[in-house]
Amino acid sequence: MSAEMTPPLVDAPPRESFLTAGYGVKSWLLTRDHKRIALLYLASITFFFFLGGLFALLIRLELLTPEGDLVQPETYNKLFTMHGIVMVFFFLIPSIPAVLGNFFIPMMIGAKDLAFPRLNLLSWYVYMIGGLFTLWAVVHGGVDTGWTFYAPFSTVSSSSHVLPAAIGIFITGFSSILTGLNFIVTIHTMRAPGMTWFRLPLFVWSHYATSLIMVLGTPVIAVTLLLVALERIFHLGFFDPALGGDPVLFQHLFWFYSHPAVYIMVLPAMGVVSEIVPTFARKSVFGYRFVAYASVAIAVLGFLVWGHHMFVSGQSVYAGLFFSLLSFFVAIPSAVKVFNWTATMYKGSISWRTPMLYAIGFIGLFTIGGLTGLFLATLGVDVHVHDTYFIIAHFHYIMVGGAIMGYLGGIHYWWPKISGKLYSEGLAKFAAFVVFVGFNLTFFPQFILGYLGMPRRYHSYPPEFQVLNVMSTAGASILGFGYVLPLAYLFWSMRYGRDASSNPWGATGLEWQTTSPPPTENFPVTPVVDWEPYEYRPKKEVAAVG
Amino acid sequence: MAEPRPLSREEYAASRLQHHFVSMEQQRDASTLAMWVFLVTEILFFGGFFLTYTVYRWQDPVGFAHASQNMDIVLGTVNTAVLIISSLTMAMAVHSAATGRRKPLLAYLSATILLGFAFLGIKAVEYTDHIHHHLFPGPGFRFPGPDKPAAEMFFSLYFGMTGLHALHMIIGIGIVGTLLVMAYRGRFTPEYHSPIEVSGLYWHFVDIVWIFLFPLLYLIGRHLK
Repeated sequence: MSAEMTPPLVDAPPRESFLTAGYGVKSWLLTRDHKRIALLYLASITFFFFLGGLFALLIRLELLTPEGDLVQPETYNKLFTMHGIVMVFFFLIPSIPAVLGNFFIPMMIGAKDLAFPRLNLLSWYVYMIGGLFTLWAVVHGGVDTGWTFYAPFSTVSSSSHVLPAAIGIFITGFSSILTGLNFIVTIHTMRAPGMTWFRLPLFVWSHYATSLIMVLGTPVIAVTLLLVALERIFHLGFFDPALGGDPVLFQHLFWFYSHPAVYIMVLPAMGVVSEIVPTFARKSVFGYRFVAYASVAIAVLGFLVWGHHMFVSGQSVYAGLFFSLLSFFVAIPSAVKVFNWTATMYKGSISWRTPMLYAIGFIGLFTIGGLTGLFLATLGVDVHVHDTYFIIAHFHYIMVGGAIMGYLGGIHYWWPKISGKLYSEGLAKFAAFVVFVGFNLTFFPQFILGYLGMPRRYHSYPPEFQVLNVMSTAGASILGFGYVLPLAYLFWSMRYGRDASSNPWGATGLEWQTTSPPPTENFPVTPVVDWEPYEYRPKKEVAAVG
Repeated sequence: MAEPRPLSREEYAASRLQHHFVSMEQQRDASTLAMWVFLVTEILFFGGFFLTYTVYRWQDPVGFAHASQNMDIVLGTVNTAVLIISSLTMAMAVHSAATGRRKPLLAYLSATILLGFAFLGIKAVEYTDHIHHHLFPGPGFRFPGPDKPAAEMFFSLYFGMTGLHALHMIIGIGIVGTLLVMAYRGRFTPEYHSPIEVSGLYWHFVDIVWIFLFPLLYLIGRHLK
């Protein structure tokens, strides 16, 4: 990889940057520079993304025809399980925080690094060790419990490799905890002079909220998987009804983390959108404090709604009522964000660059995903569509339409800063368009399929569902193509792209005030901040009005 | 690296400042906050066990009470005392480091380690005793009377919770052992002793977990015969 990053022969002297600070393998694997660690994460999560995508491809191929003719039912169970595990725990959760957050939080607050650079490197190694355990499980025959590991199937009945997969997720959880801890301490203690809490970019606010969830939620999934492991190894009957255990308790513990985990995936993407929209609308964020507080509100409310995954699991009906009501509350801060982004664009001078296309795609798709979430928070409707493709479509609108659109938007927005190179704008816009079309073609038919009653997690289905399934599979192929394109042209740009200036978008954040790519310690001198965030108004007006 | 003269205390403290921090104060604030945040994650981690305990105790309080009568109250009480004293010696170690007294520091750190080992030793005696009486859950579990399922759940939780606590003790002893070596080499000064301070926080936290485990596992329902 380092060979790819060697600058081509040019007349100008090579710029000093974190990329030129060392070229050997050791200079990468033992680095404590948050920017290099971010790139280590970038390479690893890209690998897991395409691995998870491969499983998705096989799932969609099987569902092309009503008969279960491509893979055995057992294999199909393993495919959707491995797709979920890899995508959730090894791609979505680390994606934006560990790559973009790692790279840009210190730069945005004017710090030289995260508070704990060694811990940051350790978190990457922990992530990789967890990933290896899970890969081992994949290679040796996979897991078939679903990514949810519901007991007692996972603890007693399943004969697949539950234990190594659970250990892998347990270990990777600690990388998430370390990242969250590092971010919280960094944001509290490492801000440059003048960088007050309400001058922080909203990307930092949303990562602060995300870190709270990582720190408070991840230990619970860790102990839950530990209990599953103890039950499998020592027959301690925590969840097995035959031993006096309660399977519903497992679901409570599992969703106590796994529902907030949805916000670990989507809050950082909201942070990215909050950066992109003002930059390309040339306006200050409408209602900055509301957007900032909304991130924290989503993090807090996110911990109070886990029971909406259990409306049909034998949970008390009164509990169901409360979880339903609380789930509706999450819509409020989410809507605050959507309205404020829209209001930011209102009468702005919008330029349709690639990151902006992704941001607007995010706003639209997240809105659809969020509103269908309200259908599911409604008890009666949920009983009807529970465990159907409606659910699948809903959470893919949030996780793929939301989180991955945000991730790709962020990668395109900050690529000139990360690599110091410009990508081809035409090609990038084309890819954004392909991703948008492919995504909707894949997942919109699934809303209809689910409403008509097609259950999730079966490898065959009645023939009348075939047309919609063919549309979905066709969409998935387009989407897959759309995801390969950025991989190709971004790599291409590293060698052949034009050099980026330090601030190609004319953005206001501190990260744009240093060279592209940045030097190892980010800034030649520690910046002093004496301006408000997203100050896109003309300097004269600021001077006159304040 | 050949130094012309040994560093003064202030120069040594300054040499402990990592490149990305502005001041020692900022560095110390960061490490203290980090330990508190870490302890919050630990509370949530143990919280899963405490929740599980609460749910099953609620389901069969009498069965749990009968099962807990197999606990050795004397050993449990002695162990509680051992841990509380170890917290005292740890606190004295932090104080000695803050006031720059090396010999008491070494003595208190050593005492903390010894008390930690004493706790684990007594715990091992208790474990051996339980296993000897067929109280380890699984196919070999024996418990007279109708309370067998509840008792098996109780002992699942007992071994799970105290096992996790013991693991934290072992890690704690490793940390204090490292501090002891560093202190022996004179690495700590009143200006730079935050490793001892934050490790002390961790040690106290592990003690507090035991302060909750002891009544939950040994004391509640002892009067029910």
